[in-house]
Amino acid sequence: MPAQLEERETAAPLLPKAGVHARPLFDVEILCRATKDSFVKLNPVTLAKNPVIFVVEVGAAMTTVLLLRDLATGAADTGFNLQIALWLWFTVLFANFAEAMAEARGKAQADTLRKTKTDSAARRLLANGKVEKVAASQLRAGDVVLCEAGDIIPGDGEVIEGIATVDESVITGESAPVIRESGGDRSAVTGGTKVLSDEIRIKITSNPGETFLDRMIALVEGAQRQKTPNEIALNILIAGLTMIFLLAVVTLQPFSQYSVTAAGAGAIPSVAVLVSLLVCLIPTTIGGLLSAIGIAGMDRVMQHNVLAMSGKAVEASGDVNTLLLDKTGTITIGNRQAVEFLPVTGVTESEMAEAAQLSSLADETPEGRSVVVLAKEKYGLRGREVSHHEAQFIPFSAYTRMSGVDFSGQQFRKGATESIAQFVRENGGTVPGELTDIAERISRQGGTPLAVANGRQALGVIHLKDVVKGGMKERLAELRRMGIRSVMITGDNPLTAAAIAAEAGVDHFLAQASPADKLNYIKKEQADGRLVAMTGDGTNDAPALAQADVGLAMNTGTMAAKEAGNMVDLDSNPTKLIEVVAIGKQLLITRGALTTFSIANDVAKYFAIIPAMFMATYPALGALNVMGLHNPKSAVLSAVIFNALIIIALVPLALRGVPYRPESAAAMLRRNLLVYGLGGLIVPFPGIWAIDQLTHLLGLA
Amino acid sequence: MTGNGVLQILSYFALIVLLTKPMGVYMARLFSGERTLLYPVLRPVERLCYKLTGVREEVEQRWTQYAASLLAFSFVSFVFVYLFQRLQPRAGFSTAMTPDLAFNTAVSFVTNTNWQSYSGETTLTYWVQMAALAVQNFASAAAGVAVAVALIRGFARQQASAIGNFWVDLTRGVLYLLLPLSLVGALFLCSQGVIQNFSPSVTATTLEGKTQVIAQGPVASQEAIKMVGTNGGGFFNANSAHPYENPTPLTNLAQMLMIFLIPAGLTYTFGRMVGDTKQGWALFAAMSVLFLAGVFVVYGAEQAAFNMEGKEVRFGIAATSLFATITTAASCGAVNGMHGSLTPLGGLVPLFNMETGEVIFGGTGAGLYGMLLFAILAVFIAGLMVGRTPEYLGKKIEGKEVRMAMLALIATSAVILLFAGASSVLPFATASLNNGGPRGFAEILYAYSSAAANNGSAFAGLNANTPWFNVTLGLAMLIGRFLIIIPMLAVAGSLAAKKKLAVTSGTLPTHGPLFVTLLIGTVVIVGALTFFPALSLSPIVEHLLMQQGRLF
Repeated sequence: MPAQLEERETAAPLLPKAGVHARPLFDVEILCRATKDSFVKLNPVTLAKNPVIFVVEVGAAMTTVLLLRDLATGAADTGFNLQIALWLWFTVLFANFAEAMAEARGKAQADTLRKTKTDSAARRLLANGKVEKVAASQLRAGDVVLCEAGDIIPGDGEVIEGIATVDESVITGESAPVIRESGGDRSAVTGGTKVLSDEIRIKITSNPGETFLDRMIALVEGAQRQKTPNEIALNILIAGLTMIFLLAVVTLQPFSQYSVTAAGAGAIPSVAVLVSLLVCLIPTTIGGLLSAIGIAGMDRVMQHNVLAMSGKAVEASGDVNTLLLDKTGTITIGNRQAVEFLPVTGVTESEMAEAAQLSSLADETPEGRSVVVLAKEKYGLRGREVSHHEAQFIPFSAYTRMSGVDFSGQQFRKGATESIAQFVRENGGTVPGELTDIAERISRQGGTPLAVANGRQALGVIHLKDVVKGGMKERLAELRRMGIRSVMITGDNPLTAAAIAAEAGVDHFLAQASPADKLNYIKKEQADGRLVAMTGDGTNDAPALAQADVGLAMNTGTMAAKEAGNMVDLDSNPTKLIEVVAIGKQLLITRGALTTFSIANDVAKYFAIIPAMFMATYPALGALNVMGLHNPKSAVLSAVIFNALIIIALVPLALRGVPYRPESAAAMLRRNLLVYGLGGLIVPFPGIWAIDQLTHLLGLA
Repeated sequence: MTGNGVLQILSYFALIVLLTKPMGVYMARLFSGERTLLYPVLRPVERLCYKLTGVREEVEQRWTQYAASLLAFSFVSFVFVYLFQRLQPRAGFSTAMTPDLAFNTAVSFVTNTNWQSYSGETTLTYWVQMAALAVQNFASAAAGVAVAVALIRGFARQQASAIGNFWVDLTRGVLYLLLPLSLVGALFLCSQGVIQNFSPSVTATTLEGKTQVIAQGPVASQEAIKMVGTNGGGFFNANSAHPYENPTPLTNLAQMLMIFLIPAGLTYTFGRMVGDTKQGWALFAAMSVLFLAGVFVVYGAEQAAFNMEGKEVRFGIAATSLFATITTAASCGAVNGMHGSLTPLGGLVPLFNMETGEVIFGGTGAGLYGMLLFAILAVFIAGLMVGRTPEYLGKKIEGKEVRMAMLALIATSAVILLFAGASSVLPFATASLNNGGPRGFAEILYAYSSAAANNGSAFAGLNANTPWFNVTLGLAMLIGRFLIIIPMLAVAGSLAAKKKLAVTSGTLPTHGPLFVTLLIGTVVIVGALTFFPALSLSPIVEHLLMQQGRLF
């Protein structure tokens, strides 16, 4: 069974498939929910948290009140004022809708998760060894429960006895069962998952309401969503800009009073027009979309089946300078494979292959099986049926560092070169210098040498090779272009590590790395002003995961690792760290792009509204009406409509994120400035012009 | 535009480019506590200053202490200048220094504005001009440089709590920088005919047989520091248009060079102190582009109209346009012609220069910290587009920095817009206007822009010596000075405490043409967005009306 698990990991594609949590951007259920929520969000108490949109709402309320007064007194221009008031309310609704859309996706997911969270019954083991039935909600940390095939695991915990296959599809969306066993790094189980076979004893580690599933629900729902540091700073910026524009518009009242008096013509702009100008100038686009961008960023991470514990972690992943990648499973496919038999002089390849195969027959490790497979493929040697009667299998031990078989009076062994050499000498043989030469050559190439002997005769060396995942080199080169250094962490000796590092194209490696080395390396990088991301699954990874700026824990890992990291990969695919970095960057780019776009938009709006406001006072200002808008009213209305529609038009961009491709910061800035800066400057001109044509055609103004 | 005029402008700019590096190196060494040229002569004097005042030069201050020292120093200076004016011997001079005017003038000199609601030669004694005003010309200029240097230290240091010692920076700025420069400058000006005496006014009989009183005084000494310290307060009301202040084209060139000397040099100081001179040149480049664009708009507009009104024939259109741009780009405010007589577009540039906070080289120190404020905003807005949280020179730009930058921006915009708004409708304020229509409004806007930007030049035409204008302009100067300095010192403190992040190819490059463009865009767009409505009702509409043949 462990082999099956290994294979799943090996087979995990480099570009992770979107998890089952992925949903289409717009589906009917989500749209309905979001539409309803956009009205709920009109509540000024909650809206006040978003200063920009709150200002719009106050403006909309003001124009509405004045409109009602005008209607009562029968004043002129009510048709125009009505349209302005309506579009101002639409602006607020559209901004609410963007946020609601982003939230609705999470809420829908949370609902699905919640359905699986039934209050299952648990069998609690009492101190006297008896079993009592209790509701899962009664369990407390420290309790020990018994689960067998068919049971839902009642809470998060550690397997303390037994081994079982567990269906974790509730959490991961992956239907293939996984192994959970006591001891080691695969002992953690999650509440809500289902035992498929065997029986295990579980020590509960969390109290009700604090389980992984509970946290997951809270996270996807965004219930305790906190603004990230960058989001807070951006909010200050747009609130500040709102303040400045408020000043610019409020003081326009006395300025125009002076001008009207001086020119002896025209009138002071009405409140509706001043409010329209204000709403057009304040950064409503980014103000309306900012929180949606943040929520959608978390959601995108989720769609990759990664659970981010906070938005801050996603944001930090965009800033990462150094990626610590474990060699095994990340850079190389999980296991080493035998690729070549290298016999010493006087021994034929097939002779050696046979010995190697015999010594590996009982070896169930992937390496052992690859030896058998290579012998079969290359020399047509079929694995022999060797029963326990005629052969005695010698299992691998850390002490002897070799394994093999005693078969019809012969002693076949394979293992570390020194161990085999010692074995040969002990049997009275001599070790040819060639053996160590071959072994060293293999090491230099990044392989692992495995010597083979038959009693007192050293036969040769098996070349076990780490296989670098396809496309890895290109991806690491991409990272380098983005300014991210990749560091390979391996327990191998420096020689082997250097060879694999060169083959995979990592920038640096840390050989014979202990968990403490990892931690120290992270601290050193951070002291030099770099942000570090890493993956980990073992309990001894926990300190490093906690220290790293982005710590991606594997779902198959221990509870300690999951708690220490700030993200959990439900697919347990460490390569995904690269995707997480990309998502973090995309989130930040989207924010910057829409902010720039929003501010750049203002220029055109000035050219629409200012001449419209003062055309009667100073007809000469008509020269500023570069768009040739029909009349002052339609100019103001068109600008307001454009301003509202652009929010809706950009919702998909905010939710999906700005297209991102790995390149240097300078290239990225140049392209994005061109698209969103210059684009933002230009787009509103034809946009407002077109709306003006339309309103004129429809006779709206 | 004429070839001669363009050549004058470009050769001036070439001289500034040449002077930037030596000035920058000198200031960087000076404020890093290294030995400089004048060390052997001035070090004993510096030591004596510390001994007398009890300053411990090796003890550095946190930003709060630094700001408190600066505020205390400015407050004492204010009280001192105020009392000096009020208590000046009345004999021979009118009692024109009313409380509101004295308040306005004291604030004006303490804030490096040198807005002059009074006429220097007729209302102040030589004693007040020299002991009160000229002293402040040194002190306020040195204080500005000190703030800039403290902010630079914020970028240069890491995980530090202190940003320098205000008293030491102030002393060094005056002693090693301003005194030697103004001494050399004053001697040069004297050699060209600028007067320096304590004689009473001379009465002359003109050709028409009328009598004319010609004021005298210690002009050269005040003239030099007025330029070097970007103060701008003239000894005479006519400022550098007066032949006693600015007699020849050569003195005119020298005065223009003196204005930009320190502000331009500080960009290099910045680059050198943060360890990458390219960063300094990038700021220099952004400032230069804005500056040259401004000069050529003014010059183009003036030359096209062949507008000699309000200009001295000994300088001509090019040199006057250049001077007008320089004096408003820097927060100097000295003038060699009447800005009120500029064409609408010609007048738009000085207005815009001031409303964007005078970051085009700017005042001594003030220009650099103002430009760094925009750099912080530019990096924050566009920096996100490279997919990292924003950073500038390895320092993360976060909530605190943005809050402080926005505070400074809002404060200056608010003070200009609100006071200008009130003044354009309050009857007792509009009564001060000599021109109607958009031009009258431009005069009000100019006055508050000039005050808030600590410039000090005026559009003329506005009688600002009324209690309303004296008090509100005084407040505008205070807010325009200290509500930028305090936030920027807070930024310095916050940046100094941060770690310096490693630079990789994923870092936003802040030294190339792309960043320069971005920075210019931020200055222009943020400035334009805030003031476009106001400007469209003054110089813009006036320009459009002028094309239709209407003048005001």
